[in-house]
Amino acid sequence: MSVFVDQQTRLVVQGITGRDGSFHTRQMIGYGTKVVAGVTPGKGGQLFDGVVPVFDTVADAVRETRANTSVIYVPAAVAVSAIFEAADSGILLIVCITEGIPVLDMTRVLPYLHERGARLIGPNCPGLISPGKSKVGIIPGNICLPGRVGVVSRSGTLTYEIVHQLSTQGLGQSTCVGIGGDPLIGTNFIHCLSAFQADPETDAVVMIGEIGGTDEQQAADFVKQAVTKPVIGFIAGQTAPPGRRMGHAGAIISGSSGTAAEKMAALARAGIAVMKRPADVVPLLKDRL
Amino acid sequence: MNLHEYQARDILRRYGIPVPPGEVATTTDEARAIAARLGGGPVVVKAQVHAGGRGKAGGVKLAANADEAAAHAAKILGMTIKGLTVRRVLVAPAADIATESYVGIIVDRTSQRPVVMVSAAGGIDIEEVAARTPEKIHRLAVDPRYGLLAHQALGLALKLYRDIAQARTAADVMQRLYTAFYAVGASLAEINPLVATRDGAVAALDAKIVIDDNELERRPDIAALRDPSGDAPSEVAAREAGLTFIKLDGTVGCCVNGAGLAMATMDLVKYYGGAPANFLDIGGSSNPQKVVSALRIITADPSVRAILFNIFGGITRGDDVANGIVQATRAFPLKVPLVIRLTGTNEELGVQILTQAGFSALTDMDEAVKQAVARANAA
Repeated sequence: MSVFVDQQTRLVVQGITGRDGSFHTRQMIGYGTKVVAGVTPGKGGQLFDGVVPVFDTVADAVRETRANTSVIYVPAAVAVSAIFEAADSGILLIVCITEGIPVLDMTRVLPYLHERGARLIGPNCPGLISPGKSKVGIIPGNICLPGRVGVVSRSGTLTYEIVHQLSTQGLGQSTCVGIGGDPLIGTNFIHCLSAFQADPETDAVVMIGEIGGTDEQQAADFVKQAVTKPVIGFIAGQTAPPGRRMGHAGAIISGSSGTAAEKMAALARAGIAVMKRPADVVPLLKDRL
Repeated sequence: MNLHEYQARDILRRYGIPVPPGEVATTTDEARAIAARLGGGPVVVKAQVHAGGRGKAGGVKLAANADEAAAHAAKILGMTIKGLTVRRVLVAPAADIATESYVGIIVDRTSQRPVVMVSAAGGIDIEEVAARTPEKIHRLAVDPRYGLLAHQALGLALKLYRDIAQARTAADVMQRLYTAFYAVGASLAEINPLVATRDGAVAALDAKIVIDDNELERRPDIAALRDPSGDAPSEVAAREAGLTFIKLDGTVGCCVNGAGLAMATMDLVKYYGGAPANFLDIGGSSNPQKVVSALRIITADPSVRAILFNIFGGITRGDDVANGIVQATRAFPLKVPLVIRLTGTNEELGVQILTQAGFSALTDMDEAVKQAVARANAA
C-alpha cells in the first residue's frame, strides 16, 4: 500500500513536450513510474523519446492507454483548462505542478472536480512520490527511501529537506505528498492525514505547514478526533514579518492571524509533537515509533 | 497587488456602483481646483498610500472650503505614513452620513468559495466588531457557477437597511461588487463604509481592492495600475528580477530556493541566536542570473554582516547557483563573509565550481546556519 499513487498508477503527462514536462517525464520514467501517454495538442501521433505515445487530447490518451492519473506541467495561462480536460476525460487523480493559477479560476474548477469524484493535488505543488513504487511530479527520487512514514507538506524544497533528514537516518517513507502552497488547493492536510491513517503501511505522519490560513489548525482538530498514529508537525515562518494585511476581510473571515505561534500551539494542543527545526524530525519520530 | 482608494473607486464606478464624486491631486493647486469644482463647500482630503490607519496618522482631513483643502493637501502631500511617502491625495465632498455599513468579498479557503460579508456596524472599527460581536457580521458563501443571486443579495441587504428602497440599492451594489470582483481578478473587494446619507441615498464612500498577482499577466489594464512608489526600492528590483524579497531588520542576508525552506532558514537563524536581514526566494527555476540579482540586492543592504545561501536543489541545479555566485562575486567583490550550503541536484558539479573559485560549501543546513550566525555576530 501507500497513498494515492503506486504500481497501479498509469500516468498521462499533460505538456509532455514542454521544457519542464519533458525533463520531468524522463526523471519519472527513470524512477520507474508507468508513464503511458503524453498530451500536447498538435503533436498527436508522435512518440516522446521513442517510447511514450503523444496524443492531442487527454480523452484520446485515456481511451488508447487506460491512463488513470494525470500530471500537469503546462503554463499557468492554460493550466486550468488542462485540469478541466483531465476531469472531463475521466481521470480521477490529477496532479497540477503549475504555479501562478489565479485563485478565482480555482473557485470554478474545484466544484467541477467534486461533481466528477476526481481528486486534484496542487496546484503549485511538487507532486507526490511513493518511494520505490511511483513518482508523479518533481520530488527528487534519490532523496527518498521506501519505508513507513507518511509525509504531507505545503512546501516544496522544505519537504525535500525534511525527507532528506528522514532518509539519511534510515527512516523511509510510505508516500510523500506536496499539497501546494496556494490558497485554494484540491487536497488538504485532512485528506492526506485521513489516507495515511487508513493505510496499513504507514506507521506515523510528518506534517509540514507554514504561516497563513487556518488549514493546520483544522488539521490539528482532525488529528485529535480521528488519527491514532503518531503525528509530528513543523510550521515554517516563525520569524516571518506580519504579512501584508488584506484589508479587514482576511481577519474577519478566519478570526485568526494565521501566525506560526498560533499554529504551533494548535498542533501541540492536539497532541502533535512540534519540531522547532527540521533536524528535530528524526529524534521526535524515534521517540514515538 | 494593492490598489489605491481612488483606483478602487474608479473600478466601482465603472461597474455601476454609486460613488460620490472626487478626484486625485498631486499638488496643492490641483487640490484647490478640485475642491472648487466640487462646489467650494466642505471636502475631505485623503492621503493615497498603501497603509492602513491613514486617519490616525493625520492623512485624512476635513476642509471647510477650497483654500483650506489646499492647506491640508500641502501638509499631507510629502508626509510619511508607515514608511511610505504620500504623493497623491483624494479630494471628495464631505458626506452627510446617517449610517455606515460594511460590505466585503473575499475567497474563503475553507469553503473554497467567494464569501460576501456584510455588517450594519461598518466603519474603521469593523475588525473589533467582528472579534467582539461576531453575530453582527453576516456572511454568505456564493456558488461561483451562478454568482450572487438577487434574492441572496437582498437577504444580506435587509440586514443593513429596513427601508426597502435602500435595501434594493444595497443589494444591487453587492451584485455589482461581485461582478467587479471576478472581472478585475480581485482577492479582496471591500466597501467600508457603504453609507446612507441623511437624504436617504446609498453610496460607496471608501473602497479597497487587492488584485491577485496571478491575474496580472492576463489583465494588462489592471497591471498598469501598479504604483511602484508604494513599495521599497529593493522589493521593486527583486520583483523585476523574478525574485521574492522582503526586507527585515537583522544582519544575516539569506538566499534560499523555495518559500517554505526560506522561512525555515530564517527561523533557524533566529534559533541559533542571529537575526535574518531578509526573506529571499530565488524561485523554482534554475538560472545563474537570478543568483547574481539576488546577491546584488542583498549586498546593497548595509546592515548585512554575513550572507547565507541555503540551496536544496530540485528543479534548481547546484551548478547554476554556483555559477551565479562566481559571476556575481567577480562583478562586485563581497565585503562580508559568505556561507554556502548546497545539496541536491548537481551538487557535486556545484561544489566543484565553488571550490575552483576559492569558496567552500557545506551540505548540512544546521551547520551552515550556525556558521553564518557566528560570522555575522562576530563582525
